Amino acid sequence: MNIPVVNLGAILPAIMLSLFGIAIMVAEPFVSDAKKSWLGWLAIAGTIAAMLALAPMSRQAGQWYTNLWIVDSYSIFFHFLFILIAAITILTSMNFLQREGIHHTEYYALLLFATVGMMMMAGSNELIMVFLGLEILSIATYVLAGFRRTDLKSNESAMKYFLLGSFSSAFFLYGVALIFGATGSTNLIVIADSLRSGDPQTSLVSLAAALMLIGLCFKVAVAPFHVWAPDVYEGAPTPVTGFMSVGPKAAGFAVLLRIFMTAFPTLEDRWTSVFWIVAALTMLIGNVIALVQPNIKRMLAYSSIAHAGYIAVAVAAGSEHGVSAVLFYTLAYSVTNLGAFAVVTMLSRSEDKLVNLNDYAGLASKRPGLAAVLSLFMLSLAGVPGTAGFAGKFFIFKAAVQSGLIWLAVIGVITTVVSFYYYLYVIVQMYMRDPNEEFADVRTTGPLKLALAITIAGTLYLGILPTRFLDWTVSAAVNALR
Amino acid sequence: MLELALFYIFGTIAVVSAILVITQHNVVHSAIFLAGTLLSVAGIFLALNAEFLAGVQVIVYVGGILVLFVFVIMLIAVERSTFERQFNRQWKIALITSAILIGELVYVVYQGRDTFVLAEPAVPLVQGAAGNSQQVGMGLYTTYLLPFEIASILLLVAIVGAVVLAKKKTQTE
Amino acid sequence: MIPLNWYLILAAVLFVIGVLGFFIKRNIIALLLSVEIMLNAVNLTFVAFSSQRGQISGQVFVFFVLVVAAAEAAVGLALVIAMYRNRETLNVDRSNLLKW
Repeated sequence: MNIPVVNLGAILPAIMLSLFGIAIMVAEPFVSDAKKSWLGWLAIAGTIAAMLALAPMSRQAGQWYTNLWIVDSYSIFFHFLFILIAAITILTSMNFLQREGIHHTEYYALLLFATVGMMMMAGSNELIMVFLGLEILSIATYVLAGFRRTDLKSNESAMKYFLLGSFSSAFFLYGVALIFGATGSTNLIVIADSLRSGDPQTSLVSLAAALMLIGLCFKVAVAPFHVWAPDVYEGAPTPVTGFMSVGPKAAGFAVLLRIFMTAFPTLEDRWTSVFWIVAALTMLIGNVIALVQPNIKRMLAYSSIAHAGYIAVAVAAGSEHGVSAVLFYTLAYSVTNLGAFAVVTMLSRSEDKLVNLNDYAGLASKRPGLAAVLSLFMLSLAGVPGTAGFAGKFFIFKAAVQSGLIWLAVIGVITTVVSFYYYLYVIVQMYMRDPNEEFADVRTTGPLKLALAITIAGTLYLGILPTRFLDWTVSAAVNALR
Repeated sequence: MLELALFYIFGTIAVVSAILVITQHNVVHSAIFLAGTLLSVAGIFLALNAEFLAGVQVIVYVGGILVLFVFVIMLIAVERSTFERQFNRQWKIALITSAILIGELVYVVYQGRDTFVLAEPAVPLVQGAAGNSQQVGMGLYTTYLLPFEIASILLLVAIVGAVVLAKKKTQTE
Repeated sequence: MIPLNWYLILAAVLFVIGVLGFFIKRNIIALLLSVEIMLNAVNLTFVAFSSQRGQISGQVFVFFVLVVAAAEAAVGLALVIAMYRNRETLNVDRSNLLKW
């Protein structure tokens, strides 16, 4: 009987986050209602610990746990991204929870566990682990979306997300079952070898790949599986919406790339054309419908659908340029979008009463700092040079053109120009309309300032000096493609 | 011979129960017919020589999950739901889509029918080496140790989430 | 002996019945039951392939699917209870606050 080799260092960040999540839950009964924000800081400590744990993890490169877990720069990059997303979301939520009078600090624990789920998705070499990570992330997010138990919209959002999420998980699972049948294993590398050598039953394998694709496309909300996103994003508590718009998307694309690049390279020409169609549809639908949204949360929801479309362009491009563009764009987009949602959280007042675009009128005259910050994020989402959004889009379209997808890049550029309208509309509202109110009760607290500082720094840094992170993403891409 | 009988009996019960699950008006009846489906799937596991899994299916799925469903259905007023219209307005489209889907699936499976019969399907896994339970246990604790531990996080998330969502309202709400 | 693809077709039929149920039912709990049927169909596929190939990993995977199904059912039902507390109906068509 062989005792398996247990390498704790390879999963150290996940262990850290889990421990801190448990610590938060254990500490909750001992902390009075007034001091609940301490648990938020405990969660931040957890993310810092996880970030520091990346260093020992990176020394454990290779495959562990009987080839289920893989440590390479691809997975380390995504671990870093997920911890960053979690930290910014926690900072944004701290004041939000106090304002809404939500004293269940399981919120922080669930957020940390959701991040653990995302890490499992990115670092796994085996479809079982991918599925488990996907479900941990999903279930934690269903609960977070429905966290405001007494709010009907929050209930509805969580319910819709849950129903469609579990439905799509079942599809993904059926695909995994068929692949297991076709190749006899759920390990990505073994699947690839078995498909390359043996006589693949191509119709079965294609069906399996299609089912897995459907399941994952639901998660990242690309067309035509995007219909749930606007409703769910609108009803969930705003910091959770911010988390949902970046976390599951990044994790979903990480898994998508890993599975299709590692396990299905033999089917590459087929799924490239599928992604072509998906990307084009998504960019068109996301950008066009965002034009007519009066509610800023819904507008950002459709905008995030459009951004998933841009990422899908890079996925269609394949090759190491495409993969590195995906990685870079998810980082740039996460930082920008979380920043935008941080500002929206602050401005929406209690119970998300003020989320229409008219409520932003004249913000610049009353609170110039906030208006400038939001303008920066809008410009970055649109893709103005000097911001992270521009750098990300540049690399994506460059990768697309290098892979010969000229028309797709053209569609991307056209839809980007279209998107300028609704992003600039927000800026126009803030700077050129008369204010309706005083914005007196909008207070920027410490944690939120920290969150904004991180996101602003990220947006500007990635936009002006992208090379360092770009090199990281390229090496990660090369690693992933082996 | 026994396998054939098991397959036919349990297969028919499974399909019929599943159809009844989705066509029953009263949601309690649906839940009971789901129990029928789950038990017949356990029977089919027996036919496929997965005895341990059949036992686990009965204990966890029927004895745990289904009981949970019935509890919740009982907690929530059931009578009202029987008076509301139970099917969607789009049921015709749904039927057509499902017919297409089943057609595709059956076609794919049928096309590969020759390649599937590689070995006698009734062969016990790893001839005589160890019982079914022992093999599953070995797999779970050696090869698949990491997912096994990760599943504990999943259960923790589910417990915490369910309690947070469903517990009684506190004074602050 | 029964050829493998009979089991697979049975699983496919169950899966599609689950999908159909998900599309046409309006009661939320019935939707959850349909998803359970789908997951059972997937389990059946796994065990069928596992039996044919002589590998135990398919059955081990079914364990994990069982865990996930239990977790999902628990959270889904908790959501149903939370929703029911706020409004007295379980009809999905009434969940129409978030639109377009």
